[in-house]
Amino acid sequence: MARAVRIKDHWAEQRLFVTRLVIAGIFIAVLTTVMLTRLVELQLVQYDFYSAQSQGNRIRLQPVPPTRGLILDRHGRVLAENQASFDLELTPEQVPDLDDTLDRLVGLGLLGAEQLPEVRAEIGRHRRFDAVAVRTRLGDEDVARFAVNRPFFEGVEIRPRLSRRYPYGPALAHALGYVGGISAADLQEIDAVAYAGTQAIGKVSVERAFEPDLHGQSGQEQVVVNARGRSLYTLDRAGARPGEDVVLALDLDAQLAAWDALAGRRGAAVAIDPATGEVLVFVSTPAYDPNVISAGLSRKAYATLQEDIDKPLFNRALRGTYPPGSTIKPIVALAALQAGTMTPQDRVWCGGSYSLPGSSHRYRDWKPEGHGSIDMQGGIEQSCDVYFYSVARELGIQRMADVLKGFGLGAVTGLDMPGEKGGLVPSPAWKRTAFRNPGNQVWFPGETLITGIGQGYMLVTPLQLAHAAAAIARRGVRFQPTMLHATRDPISGKMHPVEPAPLPAVDIGDPRHWDTIVAGMHGVMHGARGTARAVGMGAAFQMAGKSGTAQVFTVAQNQKYRAADVAERMRDHALFIAFAPLEEPRIAVAVVVENGESGSKVAAPIARRVMETYLRTAAGGA
Amino acid sequence: MSDGNRRDRGSVLARFLRWAHLDPPLLAGTLAILTFATLVLYSATGQSLGAMQAHAGKVAVALGAMLVAARVDPTWMRRGAPWLYVVGLGLLGLVLVTGDIAKGGQRWLDFGIRFQPAEIMKLAVPMTLARLLHDRPLPPSLLLVIACFVMVMVPAGLIALQPDLGTAVLIVLTGVTAIFLGGLGWRYIVGGITLALAALPALWMVMHDYQRKRVLTLLDPDSDPLGAGYHIIQSKIAIGSGGFFGKGWLNGSQGQLEFLPERSTDFIFAVIGEEWGLMGAVALVGLYLFVVGRGLYIAVTAPDTFTRLLAGSLSITFFFYVFVNSAMVTGLLPVVGVPLPLVSMGGTSMVTLLAGFGILMSIQTHRRLGDAVRR
Repeated sequence: MARAVRIKDHWAEQRLFVTRLVIAGIFIAVLTTVMLTRLVELQLVQYDFYSAQSQGNRIRLQPVPPTRGLILDRHGRVLAENQASFDLELTPEQVPDLDDTLDRLVGLGLLGAEQLPEVRAEIGRHRRFDAVAVRTRLGDEDVARFAVNRPFFEGVEIRPRLSRRYPYGPALAHALGYVGGISAADLQEIDAVAYAGTQAIGKVSVERAFEPDLHGQSGQEQVVVNARGRSLYTLDRAGARPGEDVVLALDLDAQLAAWDALAGRRGAAVAIDPATGEVLVFVSTPAYDPNVISAGLSRKAYATLQEDIDKPLFNRALRGTYPPGSTIKPIVALAALQAGTMTPQDRVWCGGSYSLPGSSHRYRDWKPEGHGSIDMQGGIEQSCDVYFYSVARELGIQRMADVLKGFGLGAVTGLDMPGEKGGLVPSPAWKRTAFRNPGNQVWFPGETLITGIGQGYMLVTPLQLAHAAAAIARRGVRFQPTMLHATRDPISGKMHPVEPAPLPAVDIGDPRHWDTIVAGMHGVMHGARGTARAVGMGAAFQMAGKSGTAQVFTVAQNQKYRAADVAERMRDHALFIAFAPLEEPRIAVAVVVENGESGSKVAAPIARRVMETYLRTAAGGA
Repeated sequence: MSDGNRRDRGSVLARFLRWAHLDPPLLAGTLAILTFATLVLYSATGQSLGAMQAHAGKVAVALGAMLVAARVDPTWMRRGAPWLYVVGLGLLGLVLVTGDIAKGGQRWLDFGIRFQPAEIMKLAVPMTLARLLHDRPLPPSLLLVIACFVMVMVPAGLIALQPDLGTAVLIVLTGVTAIFLGGLGWRYIVGGITLALAALPALWMVMHDYQRKRVLTLLDPDSDPLGAGYHIIQSKIAIGSGGFFGKGWLNGSQGQLEFLPERSTDFIFAVIGEEWGLMGAVALVGLYLFVVGRGLYIAVTAPDTFTRLLAGSLSITFFFYVFVNSAMVTGLLPVVGVPLPLVSMGGTSMVTLLAGFGILMSIQTHRRLGDAVRR
């Protein structure tokens, strides 16, 4: 070939290119063969080896759920704890014959035959290599029976875990709440990583309110497992951080006393330490067993609870709204003193009923024969309705509503528990917005009268009543109610107490006004004509209280109201507020008994029992 | 060779394919791979719809790039090649100076959207070399060969500095392929291989620690089962445990339980081996070979040296991508960050690959009667 002049020879170049391309093609074929050989080697020749490796992939990461914090009462007694329990778990991938295995589990009595469709559906929802809990909370005997037969159940394991236990069951159900499976709605609120491995989350009340403290942080461990996936030993462990212990302000003795005293009733009792706002007693009856709910109720069992006419799931203390009845009379009196429309010495003649000028409508007193001439202290002591009709009329609705609201009535108190109801203190402004029909938007003078004795539109919760009683006990000083006393580090045991949170105090001008109404309330319990003097007798300390009876339905004019004629659920609600000891109050309490008829006869003894229990143990320094 | 003359014949689809200058067999092969990839990714991302959306967006952009490239006449490619090369080189320089930091290396440029300039070079290098060789008689003279090598090594060196060893190796392979197809003399080939072997120790010296570790790990993965060897061990377990039929879609415990690292990106081939077995892996390799074969056919029938070399080197390079990734995942080659083409999630490589297919389609569909003798 001549080197001097080179020109492009297209045909030669193409031949050269095709040759090179053929060589490249051979190269590609060789590499492809290498690759296919490698795949055959891995996937066919060494399949058994790698399959075994994969089955029990030697290192498995599994989440370590944190231990849930304990819930304690103010003296450190355990109200909610964690108990070891056992689940039966099945890993479908490792089970040679699923149908046969399930049948044999039924044969051993570990599963009910009727549960099978549900269990199968549950297994179908998981991936083949996920462990599925086919039965929770095995009994000791079940565990033993399975342990003996374990070699015959490949892919089925007993898995220990901690479940929640409430030693006092229903007595603290509405105070503590319960835990349950993590729902889609819960997932919106939590950090899924922190909950890896956690099976239960607080659903209501304290368990819900302090979920972030109680839960803690999930850990993770690297476990070496064998070819069947069974854990051999732990390589590395990033420990879970246990949840904080929650120390509640509750006093267990007083709580149980209240629960006991309310047995068989529908109602609520709430007690508050007036000096701090701490909730000492929080009872709502009837209740449910939180141990049963936390273990997981069937849909049917839950529906039964929901449809129960006594509403055991309803937290009356927090969400039940009732007309306060006469329990607010001391506050109405205070409003009149502050406004100057009444002095303590002003007397009213009670002849058994009251009529507005120019009207024939008679507003009745609870005592048909009347109380005669009566002053403020007597009006409170004997709960004279006519006296308070007169007070209310001169005071007017607006000034009365302002002071009632100043005691926190008709509005959420801000208790550290989700779902609190507000209730209502009615006023002309409210009425204008609440009704559509213009005829109903007018405030009638008669409505002022019945508001003065706590009937009509006004609605409050037992919690608000206890809060108001505490405010009276401390002469206007108010604290936000709190379930929480302190949190406790589970490891160091260090307590982090909660500071009382002050609320705006009730200012009534002359402090001596307080003496008047407190004297009236003292008279209720210890006076010669006090409505609850039978309850006050023989007490080791001086109490102040006020009964209330709230109408569930209205009695027509000129008709005598006889309880026996009225169906049980139509009877009046019985209410009572009280605080003790008189000189230096340490507990304020409110009791509501639905359809209990008489505040002084039914609700007042419950209040006394709660206060007695609390003051006795507190004095003993338990 | 007179496709263009049969204008108004055929169905709407056929007419669209002609208008868009798409090559039906290559398009069919590509779409088959992309469809399979979608199934695999759905499983590998833990059935994340968000990830699938992001993936769909990238596929759409890549298909767009293919459509654009297919409509560009090869003549323009030949003219534009040097410019593309110069721009690419400039951007590579810019990356070294100001690039974002991603995974320990500087590879990204952020112009509102992030992209890797190295990807441009995957196309610019073969185009420029084909242009150089096209303009001169073949087989190439020594001087031309040296010039070509310099044009390959400069960008490859810049990319290796980022450091992105995988892409640098692929660029070198692309360049070598183009020169080889151009008719590089055998004595140079033998000499070059000898030289490369001699240079290995030197290469070892300039490698980063983690790169050296990857090579050592390949030789003995069990020396460090929880560290550098972890990837290879887990991926071999995944593939091996797949067996002939595989564990079934969404049921690969290695992938789903996250033993397998990078399972939706560089190690996706292991997910295929685990869930679809030898059947699935061979089927995918078959699809790749079909695409490569079609590319080689286009190269053989291409009208001039530029298009021949370009089509040939693009097709063979595509095969290299497949091989390097699958060899890495099956433990035949060290772990270099090379994605499985058209299947791995993320990165800009999908756009480049489909743009490359667009170039192949353009070469196949832009030929005219007498092209073969015009130059």
